[in-house]
Amino acid sequence: MHIMWFTERQYHYDPEVEPDRSLQLERQILRNRSFFGLPNQNFDPQTGSMLLNQYLDEKIYSEELGFDGLMLNEHHGTPFCLGSVMDVEAAVLAKATKRARIVLLGNPVPTVANALRLAEELAMIDLISGGRLVPGWVRGAGSEQLANNANPAYNREYFEEGVEFIVKAWTTPGPFRYEGKHFHFRFVNPWVVPLQKPHPPIWIPGLVSPDTVIWCAKKRYPYIALATRLEPTVELWNMYTDQAAREGYQAGPENFGYLQPVFVADNQARAEELGKRFLYGGAFAHFARPEWMFPPGYNSKEATRRMARLARDPNLPGKPIHEGGGHETDEELEAIRQSIYARYEDSKRDLQMIAGTPDYVIPRLNKVLEVLRPGIFSFWLDGPVGYQDRVRCLEMLSKHVVPALRETGKKLGLVDPFERKPGSVPLAAGRPAERVAQPDALASMPA
Amino acid sequence: MAVKDSVREETIKVGGDDLIVARGGSGKPLLVLHEELGWPGWMKWNEALSESRSMLTPLFPGFGKTPRAEWILNVRDLGCFLARYLRENNLAPIEVIGFSLGGWIAAEMAANDPAIFSKLVLVAPAGIRPPEAEIFDMFTVPALIYLRDSVRDSRNTPEFSKLYDGGLSPEQYEAFEDARAETARLAWQPYMFNPSLPHLLDGTLKAPTLIVWGKDDHVVPITAAAVYQRAIKGSRLIAFDTCGHRPEVEKSDQFIKEVRNFLA
Repeated sequence: MHIMWFTERQYHYDPEVEPDRSLQLERQILRNRSFFGLPNQNFDPQTGSMLLNQYLDEKIYSEELGFDGLMLNEHHGTPFCLGSVMDVEAAVLAKATKRARIVLLGNPVPTVANALRLAEELAMIDLISGGRLVPGWVRGAGSEQLANNANPAYNREYFEEGVEFIVKAWTTPGPFRYEGKHFHFRFVNPWVVPLQKPHPPIWIPGLVSPDTVIWCAKKRYPYIALATRLEPTVELWNMYTDQAAREGYQAGPENFGYLQPVFVADNQARAEELGKRFLYGGAFAHFARPEWMFPPGYNSKEATRRMARLARDPNLPGKPIHEGGGHETDEELEAIRQSIYARYEDSKRDLQMIAGTPDYVIPRLNKVLEVLRPGIFSFWLDGPVGYQDRVRCLEMLSKHVVPALRETGKKLGLVDPFERKPGSVPLAAGRPAERVAQPDALASMPA
Repeated sequence: MAVKDSVREETIKVGGDDLIVARGGSGKPLLVLHEELGWPGWMKWNEALSESRSMLTPLFPGFGKTPRAEWILNVRDLGCFLARYLRENNLAPIEVIGFSLGGWIAAEMAANDPAIFSKLVLVAPAGIRPPEAEIFDMFTVPALIYLRDSVRDSRNTPEFSKLYDGGLSPEQYEAFEDARAETARLAWQPYMFNPSLPHLLDGTLKAPTLIVWGKDDHVVPITAAAVYQRAIKGSRLIAFDTCGHRPEVEKSDQFIKEVRNFLA
C-alpha cells in the first residue's frame, strides 16, 4: 500500500489562539456563500507566509514519519487552498525531501495556457527529486475556469488534448511541431525531460465523473476518489473494472486510490472537536454558488440534464461574482454555521469523517479498505487546526494507525502501483473481470 | 416556449450541417437573429409584425435545438454560416432584426457582405466595445439572474414573465445551459465584442439602419451606440428612456411602432 498525507493548506486563524479572526473569516465565507470569490482583502500576507511554511514543514516531517507520498493539490482564488501554484511547493519538497513520492493531484491542465511550460516544470521537479514525481491531472473545478480565464465550454477538450501533449512532449524525441485543435506549438524540444522513463507515473483524482473514470481505465491511470461516499465509489470502481476488461486487462488495487478525512488526537472528545473543524465555512467546495460551480459548458450534457431534473432550482442562490457579500446579520450567520456543524454526526456515521483515538479510527479505516480495496490511501486533514495539533495528529497516525493499515493492506492484498504496474495483468477477451470493490463488507459497520 | 401553433420549425441543410429555422407570420421575409440566451419565444412584437411579415428565426447551432457545428468557433464563422443559408435559399437581400448577440451577428454579416441586408434593425447589439463601461459578463451569473438584469424593472415589465416561457422549467434550464456554453465558445474572449468590427463596418454599409437602445441598458452600455452610429453612416438611433436591454418587451408599443415605420 502507498500511504500519503494530504491537506488543502487552508488559510486560517487558529480558533484557540485568534478566535475573533477565525470567526470573522468564517462569517465572511458564509456571507459570500462561497469560498470562491471571497475578496482577497481578507488575505493577510504575514499569516499566509507563516502558514505556507508550516505546511511545507509538515510535509517534510511526514516523510520522516514514514509516509510514502506527499500529496498536493491546487486551487485558485479561495482561502481553502493556499497552493495556487502547487508546482512551486512541489519544487521545494523535491529538494527538501529524500524518499517520499511527490504526488500532485492534480495540475489543472485546462487552466494552463501553455502546456509545454507545464511539461517543463514537472520535468524539472522530477529531476530535482531524483525521479520521485507522480504528476496527476484535473479538469479544475468550475471556479478555476473563471479564476484563470479558461473557456469552460472547451474544458474537457483542453484537458484531454493537454494531457496527450504533455506526455508526447516528454516521450517524443524533439524537435517536433505540434498542431492540435486547441494547442499549437511550432517547436517542441524541451531540453529538460523527466528522469523517470518512459515518463513519471500518472494518477488521476476525481469526484464522481463517470467520463473521467472511463478515460482513466482506457489510459490505465490509477483513479483516486477524493473522499466520495462509499456506495457511489464502489459503483465507480466497478465501472473502471468493466472498462479495463474491455481494454483487455484485469484492474486491481493498483488502479485505485482513496482520500479519507481523518483526525486523531489523544482523546476522543478532542479528536472530534478538531474533526468538526473540517466543516469550517461550509466544508470546501460543497458550499459554493452556481456561477462558480457550473460555468458555461463545464458540465457534460448528461450532467446538466441530471441537474436540471434533480435540483429544485439549480440557478439559485446566484448573484454576480464581483458582488462579494450578502447582508445577513451575525445572528443569521450563526444559525447557518450551526446548521453546517450539525452535519458532523452524518459525516461521522457515513465514515466521511473518521475522528478519534487510534482505537476508534483503525477499525473504521479497515472497513473502508475492506470495501474499496485501494492500493493508494491518503489521509486528509483540514480546517482551522493549529500547527501543534496537526503535527500531533501526524505523529499519532504514523505511530499507531499507519502500521495497522499496512497490516490490513497486506492481509487484503492491496498492492500499490509501484508494486504492480496498473494495467499489467492481462485479461483474455470474454473472461469476466473480478470486481475490486467488496460492497458486502458495508453490511457490518464497526459499532 | 411561448410559441404560437402557427409557428413552424423547419430543418434546412446548410452545407454539411442542419439549421432549424422557426417560421411564423406571412408576407415579406424578415430575418430575426436571437440573443445569447437563445430564442425567447413569440412575443407581442412578433405577433404585431407577423401580420405583414414572414419571420424567419434561425435557431443558432449549439443553442439547444439545432445541433452544434463544431467548426463554428466565433461569431464571424456563425455569421458566414447564416449568410450561406440566406444565399442558398435565395433570401438575400433581406431585412434583418438582431437582438444583442444577434445584433452583433447581423453587423458581422453586413461588414462581410454589405449587400446581404436591405434594411437592418440592431437592438442593443453587442459586438463593439463600449467606449465607457464594459458589457455585462453573462458568465459571472446564472442564466436567470442574467435574464432578470436584462430589463430595467422585471416586476413592472408585463411581458417579462413570458420570456422563455418563464424560464423555470428543467427543459429551459438545459436550454439556457446550451446557450451559455455555445456563447462561451463564440465570445468568451474578448467578451462579446470583436475589435475589428468597427473598422470593417466603417463606411461600408448603404442599407438603412435603425439602432434601438434602452438608456438604462445594464448589459450593453449605450455608449456603444455612438460607435455603431459613426461606423454606419446615415443610421438612426432611437434611445428609450427608463428602458434596459430589451426595448422590444420593455417598451413594446413604441418599439413596434418605430420598427413598423422603419420597415414600411
